Amino acid sequence: MQGQGLVGTAAVAPRLSSAARRRQLREKVIAGIITAMAFTGIAALVLILVFVAKEALGLFLDAEARHEASPSKMFLPQVVRAGKPPAFVWQPVSSVPKVSMIPLFIGTLKTTLVSMLVAVPVGVAAALFVAEFASRRLRELLKPTIEMLAGIPSVVLGFVALMVFASFMQDTFGLGSRLNALVAGLGLSLAIVPVIFTVAEDALTAVPRSYREASLALGATPWETAWKVVLPAAAPGILAACVLGFGRAIGETMIVLMASGNAAIVSASLSDSVRTLSATIAAEMGEVVVGSPHYSLLFFIGVELFVFTFLLNMLANTWTRRVLKRLSGAGA
Amino acid sequence: MKTFIASLTAVLLLLLPGAARAGTVTVKGSDTLVILGQRWAEAFMKKNPSIKLQVTGGGSGVGLAALVNGTTDIAMSSRPIKDAENEKLRARSKSPATQIAVAKDGVTFYVHESNKLDALTAEQLRDIYLGDVTSWKDVGGADAPLVVYSRENSSGTYVFVKDHLLKGEDYTASAQTLPGTAAVVNAVAKEKNGIGYGGAAYAKGVKELKVLQGKEAISPSAENIQSGKYPLSRELYFYLRTQPTGDAKAFIDFILSPEGQALATQVGYFPVK
Repeated sequence: MQGQGLVGTAAVAPRLSSAARRRQLREKVIAGIITAMAFTGIAALVLILVFVAKEALGLFLDAEARHEASPSKMFLPQVVRAGKPPAFVWQPVSSVPKVSMIPLFIGTLKTTLVSMLVAVPVGVAAALFVAEFASRRLRELLKPTIEMLAGIPSVVLGFVALMVFASFMQDTFGLGSRLNALVAGLGLSLAIVPVIFTVAEDALTAVPRSYREASLALGATPWETAWKVVLPAAAPGILAACVLGFGRAIGETMIVLMASGNAAIVSASLSDSVRTLSATIAAEMGEVVVGSPHYSLLFFIGVELFVFTFLLNMLANTWTRRVLKRLSGAGA
Repeated sequence: MKTFIASLTAVLLLLLPGAARAGTVTVKGSDTLVILGQRWAEAFMKKNPSIKLQVTGGGSGVGLAALVNGTTDIAMSSRPIKDAENEKLRARSKSPATQIAVAKDGVTFYVHESNKLDALTAEQLRDIYLGDVTSWKDVGGADAPLVVYSRENSSGTYVFVKDHLLKGEDYTASAQTLPGTAAVVNAVAKEKNGIGYGGAAYAKGVKELKVLQGKEAISPSAENIQSGKYPLSRELYFYLRTQPTGDAKAFIDFILSPEGQALATQVGYFPVK
């Protein structure tokens, strides 16, 4: 690396000492490594997508699969037992496979909605408290504690839901079945509260001090300031937090697998057992015959999950932008 | 010359399994068999410290799939191998699987200990699991909704009950599926209107229903299951890609010995002979 110090390379560049040149080279190498890592990550993501989509394609290319799992069989009611009205049934391992996605959609929707209804108010309120009202010492205790919750393995949360929540709900309300959408949703909310809290708290802390000072100077109480000034100003960040939580809730597998009962029932009741998309993949992928219609179907469910979260993120993005515009417009 | 080649191939064939890999024999599959498999493995390894056995669960389908893919030496299964699985195996290794019955088991139906019913007919159980009956009242019990527990569709017990009790028809959609017999027992122990099924060995803290045939209530007792009088008795199997050789053969010989079969009885299953 030495001995090339003064041999001019570029006439435009000022003469560099060899040390400076070495430093420049090191910078370049490090930048290169970081770029390579970033692209590796992106490439891995794309390849995973390609793989999942490729495995799901069998559903539309393979004649047997086309017959067994046509879109009409996936999304329209089918006659499952002679003499009974048509219904939505998920029974992929049967002499006549029944592959209705509807009970799985409904199940996923139920658990996700319950978890959001619990986790959004709790997460945002906790974030507001920590950002606006907590003393410094309390904040330094609370923030790491709640963020540590995010590190608890979902198997543990699932077990808590299965043992503690389910028994509690059974003893207090005595719902139809011990494991149901409500219990699974509560278990899920344990997993997404920390996600929502962390992002929302960052968004609230990022609101400029001048907003708060102006509001207080105009005679607003601290509570009014927090609720009517800081919270709206942090709205885009809080929305992002909710979207992240929603994505996590849709994709979360272990908790719903353990605490929902996994019966594919079509109903509006939260006290019924449910089977979610993600739990279905986890429960059935272990024994499925590779390349069979059932196998493609499970990958197709994976694609569906991806599409859902993707659409949701897009919606949230456009909405956030709109809110931001309105805010900056109001500020001008 | 011909005889020379023939004898050479014979010698090579004999050497091949021995050359496969000494040391670890992997056993994978049925959750019903996993407790017993681990018991057998412990006792066997005590006697033969040089041989390592790895026993894991996951479901009969998982074990047989692993056998086909060559990721396990022995598959434990609580159901006979399916034709489709054997076809795949034949495509890979030119021969169907070797089946060895290692123990007998009865699939029993569990209810909560406070349930006043002691016995149901096979038809009543069938109606419950097909969803034609949704209240305990309809089968002579209390006026309460039935909470039906079943197993995931990768389970051999699921397939057994489907074939033998439901005559191949589908389970009711409202049956809650749980991973593992232990989970079913646990759920029924906590749910006073629950009903579940699984191997007789697991019934702790729940009541086992007898099966009514005419006037007689047949309990899932040792002699009833051994004699096949109890209607839902079945054999539990080990599957191998070839005839057992080497360490695997030693293990299976141990299992089928009086000592191994006595262990099966201790765990709550029944001897195969």
